[in-house]
Amino acid sequence: MLELKDVELYYDHVYALRSISIYLNQGETVALIGANGAGKSSILKAITGLAKIHSGSMTYQGQDLTQLPTSTIVERGIVMVPEGRRVFPFLSVSDNLKMGAFTRTDKGEIEASMESVLERFPRLKERFRQAAGTLSGGEQQMLVIGRALMAKPKLLLLDEPSLGIAPKLVQDIARAIVNINRNEQVTVLLVEQNSRMALSISNRAYALTTGKVSISGDSRDMLHDERVKAAYLGGEI
Amino acid sequence: MNLTLKSKLLIAGGFLVFVFLFIPFFISFSGRSDFYFTLTSVALLSIASAGVWLTFYIGRINIGQGAFSLIGAYVSAILVMKAGMNFWLTLPLAGLFTAFVSVLIGLPILRLKGVYFAMITLVLTQVVTLTALALPITNGARGIVSIPLPRELSVFGVTLIPDLGTMDNPKLAFYLISCVLMVLTYWVLYRLVNSRLGQICRSMQQNEELASSIGINIAYVRIIVFAISSFFGGIGGSMFGAIAQSVYPSTFQVKDSIDFMLNCFLGGLGYVFGPLLGTFVLYFGWDLLFILDKFQLLVYASIVIILMRFLPNGLLSIRFSNLRRKSD
Ligand SMILES: Nc1ncnc2c1ncn2[C@@H]1O[C@H](COP(=O)(O)OP(=O)(O)OP(=O)(O)O)[C@@H](O)[C@H]1O
Ligand SMILES: [Mg+2]
Repeated sequence: MLELKDVELYYDHVYALRSISIYLNQGETVALIGANGAGKSSILKAITGLAKIHSGSMTYQGQDLTQLPTSTIVERGIVMVPEGRRVFPFLSVSDNLKMGAFTRTDKGEIEASMESVLERFPRLKERFRQAAGTLSGGEQQMLVIGRALMAKPKLLLLDEPSLGIAPKLVQDIARAIVNINRNEQVTVLLVEQNSRMALSISNRAYALTTGKVSISGDSRDMLHDERVKAAYLGGEI
Repeated sequence: MNLTLKSKLLIAGGFLVFVFLFIPFFISFSGRSDFYFTLTSVALLSIASAGVWLTFYIGRINIGQGAFSLIGAYVSAILVMKAGMNFWLTLPLAGLFTAFVSVLIGLPILRLKGVYFAMITLVLTQVVTLTALALPITNGARGIVSIPLPRELSVFGVTLIPDLGTMDNPKLAFYLISCVLMVLTYWVLYRLVNSRLGQICRSMQQNEELASSIGINIAYVRIIVFAISSFFGGIGGSMFGAIAQSVYPSTFQVKDSIDFMLNCFLGGLGYVFGPLLGTFVLYFGWDLLFILDKFQLLVYASIVIILMRFLPNGLLSIRFSNLRRKSD
């Protein structure tokens, strides 16, 4: 469905990605793990066109992505949930969700998507008219995932959805991701520092070290891989 | 603002009655027809300020509206004097030409934010002033003078605006026309803010990268908004030149650009009608402080600083501060 080949990207001569090659099959959940600054967010920015790549190729459903503006990429169904629970703080929950449907042309069905998002995250329904900036961290994370779903994604790119969220809520979020992937047939690329969570809900995974893929494979195998354990799973059980 | 439709209509109706009936009657009774020039200026400056407010709405501090007003004034003056066109036809052309220039300027600079954008727009006014001084077509420092009053405007034989040159009271006519333009401007602004584009602007103001990541073509929206903003500046400037019957490089200066911005700050960036109120208060405030003579600027500046310190959300926030907290 999506394939990146030898992608290189740098900001002001600082390399962020060196020769990245990854692929996603339709319907998969693929995890991208790695330390701070490894280049995880940069991969997502490259895919969505928010950062221009220097060389390499990116194809989505057989079509070249490299030259497309972000708006077109979103229209084609690649939707990103950016790092750090970014909401429009002064817009209401309702308006934040509606903004997610910005590129959709099937205006008649937006209402139905709204219903299904509110059903998935009932908390958002309770806070419907409230300014998004006043939500708790966990609620904001639900809002940004909900906003992404409003775009009717085919491929969902999630950047660290568990960051700064209580363990109990991390489980809820993880369950929501699995559910979105299975029930709505959305392919998911999940960036996580919480490697254990990411590996346990994904089919395959890539581990990133300073802009390069260092280890890749089946998530289940990776969970038991000694190198992965040492580098990414730490001492935690 | 959580006003009901009924109270909105009442306020709008009251405002129209005040502007179009009460003031002309008041002036004709009191004989203070010099007020017309002042009030007409307020109306026109508030049109340009509305444009500045709109650039604020996408999160850009615009201190360059004087440049666009000056361009608008020159376009009309040149078309009337050199091409013999009817002023009323040159008015929309001045707006469009100004918008076109703003697109050319906006393409490279709208990418900048905060203080960088503000500084470049500040320099812009100076650049346009210097250009007007240098070009032959603008007649340098001598400016374009003795511009005839606007001729009749008629459509299919129906006279919409009579020839101002033959009128007994062109001041009243200018006042009324300027107020109509002002009302139109703020009506457009109000509609825009409450449209889809308004929603997009708010999202961009809050977080451009995020807006872009949900698929908004932010570069395109910025250009459109900046063009509309400058269109207002051009219209205001063009009318101003017609009333003054002259345009000089100093007709709009850096100080005017700063005033346009202050009008927005003072009235309130969160309110569509903020720049209107701000223009009125600042213009009249400045005039009233005339009696202070050499202390005029000092007192004026002090008052502006105090107002901004204690009312950071503008004058309109006094009345609506409670409602606002609840509604958004
Ligand atoms: N806009 C930018 N300008 C300059 N350098 C950048 C920029 N964005 C990222 N970088 C650099 O690129 C490298 C990769 O950054 P990236 O944000 O992709 O890392 P990450 O894996 O997402 O890290 P984290 O887990 O902390 O979010 C880092 O060294 C970072 O400093
Ligand atoms: Mg990151």
